[in-house]
Amino acid sequence: MDLLIKNGRVIDPAQGIDEVMDIACAKGTIEKVAKKIKPQGNPRIIDASNKIVCPGFIDSHCHLREPGREDEETIKTGATSAAAGGYTTIMAMPNTDPCLDTGPMVAFVFNKGRETSISVFPIGAITKNRAGKELTEMADLVENGAVAFSDDGNCVADNRVMRRALEYAKMVDRPLIDHPEEPALARNGVMNEGKVSTLLGLPGIPEESEEIAVFRDITLASLTENRIHLAHLTSAGSVALLRQAKKKGVPVTAEVTVHHLLLTDESVRGYNTNTKVSPPLRTKNDLKSLKEGIKDGIIEVIVTDHAPHSREEKETDFENAAFGIIGFETALPLLLRLTDDIPLSLLIACLTSNPARIFRFTDRGSLKKGLRADITIFDPKEEWTLTEAAIKSRSKNTPFLGEKMQGRVCYTICNGKVVSG
Amino acid sequence: MNSWKRKDLLGLEELSAEEIEFILTTAASFKEVSTREIKKVPALRGKTIANLFFEPSTRTRTSFELAAKRLSADIVNFSPSASSLVKGETVLDTGENLEAMKMDCFIVRHSCAGVVEFLAKRLKASFINAGDGSHEHPTQGLLDIFTIKEKKGGIKGLNVTILGDIRHSRVARSNLWGLLKLGARVTLCGPPTLIPPGIEATGARVTYDLKKALKDADAVNVLRIQVERQKENYFPSPREYSRQYQINAETIRWAKPDVLIMHPGPMNRGLEISSEAAECSNSVILTQVENGVAVRMAVLYLLLVGK
Repeated sequence: MDLLIKNGRVIDPAQGIDEVMDIACAKGTIEKVAKKIKPQGNPRIIDASNKIVCPGFIDSHCHLREPGREDEETIKTGATSAAAGGYTTIMAMPNTDPCLDTGPMVAFVFNKGRETSISVFPIGAITKNRAGKELTEMADLVENGAVAFSDDGNCVADNRVMRRALEYAKMVDRPLIDHPEEPALARNGVMNEGKVSTLLGLPGIPEESEEIAVFRDITLASLTENRIHLAHLTSAGSVALLRQAKKKGVPVTAEVTVHHLLLTDESVRGYNTNTKVSPPLRTKNDLKSLKEGIKDGIIEVIVTDHAPHSREEKETDFENAAFGIIGFETALPLLLRLTDDIPLSLLIACLTSNPARIFRFTDRGSLKKGLRADITIFDPKEEWTLTEAAIKSRSKNTPFLGEKMQGRVCYTICNGKVVSG
Repeated sequence: MNSWKRKDLLGLEELSAEEIEFILTTAASFKEVSTREIKKVPALRGKTIANLFFEPSTRTRTSFELAAKRLSADIVNFSPSASSLVKGETVLDTGENLEAMKMDCFIVRHSCAGVVEFLAKRLKASFINAGDGSHEHPTQGLLDIFTIKEKKGGIKGLNVTILGDIRHSRVARSNLWGLLKLGARVTLCGPPTLIPPGIEATGARVTYDLKKALKDADAVNVLRIQVERQKENYFPSPREYSRQYQINAETIRWAKPDVLIMHPGPMNRGLEISSEAAECSNSVILTQVENGVAVRMAVLYLLLVGK
């Protein structure tokens, strides 16, 4: 025994645990979860009284910008930011420059990830140069560390190419993640299409551009009998389509971002470019459906879509500003704002056991004996204010700057080591 | 209301009816200045104003320039083609550099919505939005409303039709807010592809039928059709557009006999409006241009005097 966490409220959705217990770890794995464990040997003891102890968070959708935009984030700074937010496993999207469409590029991110204190896994591109035309060498990408495939910000719009990709990926047995957005309908848009975009005079992106792509993806998943994971759903219509597909048994899973659960297009008023995200912030009605989707198990994963951008890319007019906001360090306190609507244990499942199952991480996502000692300990009550100075990410682009947060990560433990706190 | 509180004029959406009336009343008192032999008052002597037009404009820029000069302010014109913008300078840097030369006021036009608000939040000088993308063009809205009020005696209860490319029009949005706040009934008309989603939420009525749109109209504001839009296929051809939506001697008969015909310019004669209609006795298009100077004098005066 080299680490003993005492008196915390242990929430482990995979085992259905929610009570005050102790956790003992040894050599990077979980040794025992029980009441009142006596220290054996000379373990480090962490007192987790009045705190919540849960599996380390897994983020299946983030952007680390390396290689290409190391001024905005590196794999190292991204990992530090993630650890501060309670994440022990993060999956980096391939939209770097150059993008992760070859074995050596994937290996570069994988190896850099190993130099950090948490687990960083690359997501390989589905098509070469993320251009939606020719498939990447998926087997080679997997051999070099890719845990999933996605063309990220680009929807694989060509149905024939997407069908081939889904068929081919069966060989490597790794999930495909699609960014569901029909490009012609979304073209030139910078925010949700509706009353607010009309009044602000900004070109809109209709929800239907997402729904058409969601329907297409569901259809192809059904045709190819291979599973597809839908990235960051935003619309009530998408949730309805997904609900129907799941009822029919189509192999499809989905995620939602933290910000799409909290903000609507109303927050774009005033042209704050930190409200410009892709896909765009939608309406109150959509928020309601997304939350219901989580409650009903239709949406199983919550992601950050952490997307660092330089000041130059955000400190400009709305139409020309970059899409995206950072999210690692605010995810937990923001999600705690939702506990009136969604039980805490379910929110934690969406951050831990669910992504572990979908992305086939069999060694983590729960606090079962023998699994990796990836553990997050947080104080759900601690209040703090989000300031630029406090942000560990190299970029500061978040619409929540200056806001009061409640809930803070106290310790992030990865592979048995305290990596933040 | 007897004093002005705002630093900037960014749009009519944010103004109260009282504030709009205050500008219009001030404009009425300035209109006479332009008819004098010596067209000048010393109200803004010593103030420096920058015309910052990132998008080409002749009418609006000249109108602001005359308004400033008739108030005895110094005004400089900044044209992006001759500036450092082509060298990659940001809009904010341009603004900061000009402000360092002690500008009191910026008059800004830009092709992107929100740019004027973006600058106004970051700089101390007063900002006047002279058109930001498809968002607002408040002084055009004010001068249109001023013209209707002058001709009809008031705004409340009037039926005003705005016709054409509502989707991309900042003129339509500023008119819409101003007219609704002052109690007019506003009808928006154009091909469905040029009516933006959710616009009815403002309280305006929408129709695609010109005849219905003109019925009982006291004024019709004909928007400019930008021929470039045709590339995006919002309508099949200029021919089809003019056959469905042109204001001409025939279609104007669907409105009240004393309907005011308005156009913010520049006109595409033969497309959205026929020459006959533009020149008939109902047309107040040149009065709009004349009133533009008075309205802009009023706005400059209210923002800058005593500042």
